[in-house]
Amino acid sequence: MDFELTEEQKMLAESAASFARKTSPVERLRKLRTMPPTEGVEQRHPSVGDPRNWEKAVWRQMAELGWLGLFYPEEVGGLGLRFFDASLVIEKLGTTLVPEPYVASVVLGGWALLKAGDLAQQKRFLGPMIEGETSLALAWQERGARYDAGAVETKATRTAGGWSLSGEKVYVLNGHAADHLVVSARRPDGSLGLFVVDAGAPGLTVTSITTMDSNRAAFVKLDGVELEADRHLEAGDALAAVEWALDLAAAAACAEGLGIARAMTHATVEYIKVRKQFGVAIGTFQVLQHRAVDMFVQTQLLESTSVFACVNADGDDVDARRRTVSVAKARLGVGAKFVSQSAVQLHGGIGITDEHDIGLFFKRMQVLTTLFGDEEFHVRRFAARPGFDTTVGD
Amino acid sequence: MDLSFTAEQEAFRDEVRSFIAGALPPHLAAKAAVDGHFEHHEVMEWHQILFRKGWVAPHWPQEVGGTGWDAARRFIFSEELEKAGVPTLSPFGLSMVGPLIIQFGSEAQKARFLPKILSGEEAWCQGYSEPEAGSDLASLRTTAVDDGKGGFVVNGQKTWTTYGQYADWIFCLVRTNASAKKQAGISFLLIDMKSPGVKAVPMLTTGHTPAFCDTYFDNAVVPQENVVGPVDGGWTMAKALLGHERTLIAAVGTSTRALARVKGIAAQHGLLEDAHWRGRIARLEIELEALRMQNYRALAGAQLGHAPGPESSVLKIRGSEILQQTLELAMDVMGPACMAWFTPDGVLAPQEQWIPSSFNYTRATTIYGGSNEIQRNVIAKWILGLPAQA
Ligand SMILES: Cc1cc2nc3c(=O)[nH]c(=O)nc-3n(C[C@H](O)[C@H](O)[C@H](O)COP(=O)(O)OP(=O)(O)OC[C@H]3O[C@@H](n4cnc5c(N)ncnc54)[C@H](O)[C@@H]3O)c2cc1C
Repeated sequence: MDFELTEEQKMLAESAASFARKTSPVERLRKLRTMPPTEGVEQRHPSVGDPRNWEKAVWRQMAELGWLGLFYPEEVGGLGLRFFDASLVIEKLGTTLVPEPYVASVVLGGWALLKAGDLAQQKRFLGPMIEGETSLALAWQERGARYDAGAVETKATRTAGGWSLSGEKVYVLNGHAADHLVVSARRPDGSLGLFVVDAGAPGLTVTSITTMDSNRAAFVKLDGVELEADRHLEAGDALAAVEWALDLAAAAACAEGLGIARAMTHATVEYIKVRKQFGVAIGTFQVLQHRAVDMFVQTQLLESTSVFACVNADGDDVDARRRTVSVAKARLGVGAKFVSQSAVQLHGGIGITDEHDIGLFFKRMQVLTTLFGDEEFHVRRFAARPGFDTTVGD
Repeated sequence: MDLSFTAEQEAFRDEVRSFIAGALPPHLAAKAAVDGHFEHHEVMEWHQILFRKGWVAPHWPQEVGGTGWDAARRFIFSEELEKAGVPTLSPFGLSMVGPLIIQFGSEAQKARFLPKILSGEEAWCQGYSEPEAGSDLASLRTTAVDDGKGGFVVNGQKTWTTYGQYADWIFCLVRTNASAKKQAGISFLLIDMKSPGVKAVPMLTTGHTPAFCDTYFDNAVVPQENVVGPVDGGWTMAKALLGHERTLIAAVGTSTRALARVKGIAAQHGLLEDAHWRGRIARLEIELEALRMQNYRALAGAQLGHAPGPESSVLKIRGSEILQQTLELAMDVMGPACMAWFTPDGVLAPQEQWIPSSFNYTRATTIYGGSNEIQRNVIAKWILGLPAQA
């Protein structure tokens, strides 16, 4: 076993860290986000309420850095590296809550396309995304489906020239801004299919909503959306592709959560060193020291589990992938909760203001723990593994 | 040991219940049934209904507007209010400064302030915390200097002033004696929010509600007769008041309503029949029941006339933790929907609408009213008799 990063990986992580610090500090998210109106409150951090909530120019910058195609094959325009490399970037983007739709577009939409589409479709839709010209979304979730990618009622029916889709998808990440949506729908034979729908297609209604983490997502209605036959991704199994994309995204959430946990632990430790009460720094109080220590302990576990999940997430061993991802994501549920709650508690009153970044981190952590399967889901999936009854540890 | 209520007490319970059923306006009842989120003016509307009935301040002595109920009736009353989900009245006048004025105020102060607290004509807020004085309240710096003309000139900043923007008056701890040791030079001062030089600037909480303010005092002149208790004797006032705040913070009623809402949401999401989810909800309800029983014991103590002692910290610690866990469970039950943030109708079910905001705001319950760390210090020192930290 070797947990050392290669020189290339170290450089990648360093360039992502510097990008987060310089190009997209938390302040940038504050500017872009949409604040629901509140009577009588003057915003000390004015927000422009960008309907996209992220910027194309920055997306292109990320493309130029090679990040949007890191783990995609060279034949579709990628760098041919592994998902673990991307997880190093994702972790750093987490430390300043970078709002560009890396996970939604590169991890979710992109991976479903790669696994279900043929080479022509991959080139057609992944190529421009990797270039930073377009962005994608994966519309898999339906009302009441919780985390079950197979609970799909959206229907795909055949037409003379191709397909027609009808149904509703909820909480589609980047659905409000994506150029193409990869949509799951049930085919006439009852099996699941994946289809690529363009933004603005007749019959498609996209309702953009604000989310707790100062981002956006979309509710998407499809009312007889007509598609050419070449919009049907049928080179790979659709359900397997979506589930894999969700596992990859769950691993990404762990990496991002790790970045946030590090940022919160760091900010908290620094704060209790300088905040004075009773004539001393509050970090003098042992109970707070131990709480900070436990934040560190949890962050260590987040790191270990995230590494295993991210290394296995794009591998072909399905059981290893599911096991490590479920371990990491269930742990994120526990660790993120402890770290983010402690960070708020140790900041005292300012931890409850919108003006302090701790609150923004707290919210993003909550969203990360619910996305792509919460603790409950992953504990159950872990317990449902073949071999669970008789083995421990493999 | 008798754990039951008497027939008389049960009859009283029925009376309260039918009063609420008749008096709660339909638009408030509708909100109580759905999300339980009330705006300031709605809270005041219910305040005035209780005032007209004569039931707005059961814990006050009868001669100044209380009901004359014993502790058991007061408890039954508040339990029924909580069960019905009516708006929780602002505590700053009725439960904080009011009782303090009753205990320590001059006759003139009683006559001036108490009737308007009762009627709801004047709303109050609490000006204790400052940017540099939170847990260590006695390090506060806001000054009140004798102007030699019967007034104090007040300068400084208070912070986290809950609903300061709606308040007519603020009760403050201010430093009246710069040379005295920490606690000794503090006075308890009542300040008209409309005085020139006083300004409350609302801030957003992480729940996206304008629930607290920075409050600034810039040469605000306050008549000296607005000091409650002796000048420089404010620390005794503050301590008397803090004990009271702690029992309020047990929040059994708030948690009960929140857990009922969790069950409703779980049913809606088809989770209530699932053994695992049922178990999680039941486990939390058991914690809440334990708190409720603890609260009953504290109540029985109060019935016998015992002043709330450091044990009330137990209620504060468990009450705040359980309320937080209830909101966390609500978020878990909502699942992916918990990320929706102030969304239009149709995205969340009505009873889910305020959950994400409350989940965030509720992190404050272990911070305000004496943080849970401070509560534990209180128990360590005053109950367990442990030596002070080096
Ligand atoms: C939503 C909200 C509403 C509020 N409303 C009001 C109001 O209306 N009026 C008002 O006056 N105030 C109000 N407050 C302020 C509240 O009382 C203070 O936040 C609280 O006293 C803590 O002070 P602080 O925020 O300065 O935190 P600090 O005192 O700086 O504490 C930071 C951390 O250090 C810990 N700590 C501090 N001292 C010790 C110690 N000796 N041992 C162990 N741990 C310690 C604390 O527990 C906390 O975790 C409100 C606060 C909030 C969050």
